[in-house]
Amino acid sequence: MWTGILIAVAVLVALAVVFGALLGYAAERFRVEGNPIVEQIDALLPQTQCGQCGFPGCRPYAESIADGDAINKCPPGGDATIKALADLLDVEPQPLDAEHGVEQEKRVAVIREDECIGCTKCIQACPVDAILGAAKHMHTVIESECTGCDLCVEPCPVDCIDMVTVDEDIRTWTWQPPKPAIIATDRQGVSA
Amino acid sequence: MTQLWSFPGGIHPAENKHQSTARPIRPAGLPERLVLPLQQHIGEPAEPVVQPGDQVLKGQKIADVTAGMGVPVHAPTSGTIAGIERLPVPHPSGMADWCIVLKPDGHDTWCELTPIDDYHQMDREAVLERIRDSGISGMGGAGFPTNIKLRPPRDRKVGTLILNGAECEPYITADDMAMRERSHEIQQGLKVMAWILRPERVVIAIEDNKPEAIAAVRKAAEGTQTEVVVIPTKYPSGGEKQLIQILTGMEVPSGGIPADIGVMCQNVGTAMAVYRAVFRGEPLISRITTITGDGVSEPGNVDTLIGTPIQHLLDGAGLEPGRINRLILGGPMMGYTLEDTSVPVVKTTNCVIAATEAELPTPPPEQPCIRCGMCAEACPMDLLPQQLFWHAKAQDFDRAEHLNLFDCIECGACSYVCPSSIPLVQYYRYAKGEIRTQQAEQIKADRARERFEARQARLEREQEEKEQRRRERARAAAEAQEKKKAEAEQAVAEGDATDERSARAAMVQQALARKKAAPAAAAAVPATPETTTEKPDIGALEKQLEQARGKLETMEGMLEEAKAGGADNVEKLERAVAKNVDRVRRAEDALADARRQLETETGE
Repeated sequence: MWTGILIAVAVLVALAVVFGALLGYAAERFRVEGNPIVEQIDALLPQTQCGQCGFPGCRPYAESIADGDAINKCPPGGDATIKALADLLDVEPQPLDAEHGVEQEKRVAVIREDECIGCTKCIQACPVDAILGAAKHMHTVIESECTGCDLCVEPCPVDCIDMVTVDEDIRTWTWQPPKPAIIATDRQGVSA
Repeated sequence: MTQLWSFPGGIHPAENKHQSTARPIRPAGLPERLVLPLQQHIGEPAEPVVQPGDQVLKGQKIADVTAGMGVPVHAPTSGTIAGIERLPVPHPSGMADWCIVLKPDGHDTWCELTPIDDYHQMDREAVLERIRDSGISGMGGAGFPTNIKLRPPRDRKVGTLILNGAECEPYITADDMAMRERSHEIQQGLKVMAWILRPERVVIAIEDNKPEAIAAVRKAAEGTQTEVVVIPTKYPSGGEKQLIQILTGMEVPSGGIPADIGVMCQNVGTAMAVYRAVFRGEPLISRITTITGDGVSEPGNVDTLIGTPIQHLLDGAGLEPGRINRLILGGPMMGYTLEDTSVPVVKTTNCVIAATEAELPTPPPEQPCIRCGMCAEACPMDLLPQQLFWHAKAQDFDRAEHLNLFDCIECGACSYVCPSSIPLVQYYRYAKGEIRTQQAEQIKADRARERFEARQARLEREQEEKEQRRRERARAAAEAQEKKKAEAEQAVAEGDATDERSARAAMVQQALARKKAAPAAAAAVPATPETTTEKPDIGALEKQLEQARGKLETMEGMLEEAKAGGADNVEKLERAVAKNVDRVRRAEDALADARRQLETETGE
């Protein structure tokens, strides 16, 4: 009888050791560097790096969200980003926090080039290195790289930077959804 | 008899082709001005190579694509460039795009043409280059540059070359009439393409509702290895993927191109353009376009110059403006409503329908989906139109994409059969557009993130380097201090001190003595020591001044640089410069004093 119990105990101990070793190995072998949720949140943020959320860039805000911060502090992302974040984190979507700004049309910075004195202050302010120029030489914005964060507007000593709304052109145009359906009886009502 | 397969779904709408086949192809005539959009093909828009005011000849290149995919644009007749401006172009958005406006001079003078007498003698690359230079892009609909299409990836051998003469969409008869009247040109153009691709099989596919075209093409193909295959009439058998399935039984893989399964489709009009480019040296400056519908009194096909305003064609066909309800560019299934008749004919414009309310009535309002499933039966791509519709309407684009939304060829068969008259295709186009926009935004966001991170890394690195330099300087200073001390100690040791403590004491004593002695000496006895030391002092002072000046210069230079580079030590450098200016002034003063002293001394 004792041998039976001993064998059972021995088998269980052996199993525990084996699985423990296996789990320990797996924890080392497949170690995840950093918090993967931060990556996922960061991927949803619009990457304007504008700092309107109060953090110096999108990634710090992503880290803060992962630590439980509110998801409604990103005006450039707007409702779409809030919805995506709510889906990801399984929380209730909230309306955009107006304290951090309002959702705006997509914009880019444009330097009025003949007024630029070449002070390089905007170059230092640009979070994505989208402004080109050198001291005492005219600067210009690389439009395709500009995120529209408007961080360059404030430092300009001669106020020669405008934020211009990007208009839809023939190459960015897309089909609109069909107009909201009116049912046949509605139409009869209208025409009658 | 060639074996034929079939494709799923498909519909049989009223053909309405007889209206425009009764008359032979007629020239459209020369309009008052020609509008040539810079982008008539898929790829990069062309760049103008002419200036407003330039005189151009017929066939002269007026715009070209230098970087990226695209084909040039040529002047369709001789005349003056009236301007390069944004004008409405044929596009479902109704938006404007850059166009070259040409005012014809009426002489229609050709530029110098260089026909290729025997293309067999030439390099295939040279012929492809000729096709590119002639501005040929697919004339069936999408406008893909033909020279690129004719150069499939190396590992994809094209075994079957198909010339698409199906023309399945109602009303359109441009290819039909071209095959009837210009079958020889088409056959020759096809031969050139076959020579470039070296396929095992060359097929011309024509729907069985075009007996005249079939007869003409058969006649032209006599004695060649080209198969003329008659396929049953069913919409959309002229769709590239459907035609391939009919002729080979194979399906083009999702997201792939026909070359993936060793097949290539070319349009009848493209073959004709290739013929003209190779045998006559003429670039693509005209095409055959159908003008039809009950709104015109003389429907038919016209041979029109690219750039001719649609209004000109409608006038030529006897437009009765009061009767038309809708003007459609393209066919009734896949075309779009045209709001502005000043838009020009482009390389892909195959049909204009001036429709009355009776023939193409305003679509009735959309009603709820009753899940009848007729759309799924009609879909030639075996998709689930109903599911796609729901997901597109709910803006659940991921799911729509998952159900192969991008395989939809937008043929409109589902909308045609829908008993609830739901504009299904418009929902799919909307969903596709949204998905593409989102993808583009995602790519942009990823790039912004990359740039932001690269910038952060750079700033950190710069900080690190600065720190490193600071540490090095501090170490160097400490070493120098140490050395000085050691030297002093040594000096003291060589003197009379025996141990370190007394050495230090001696050093302090010496320093104090020096300090006391200096002013005393300067005040009391200026003459005796000065006679010996004053002369070398001038030299030393001069040297000092020079050094100070040099330093000031370098500091100023550094300040400039720091300002330019945006370093954050600008303030410090400014202080440093101020200090240096002081130093120079002091050195100058000292030198002047010394000189004065020396003068007074020598004067004595």
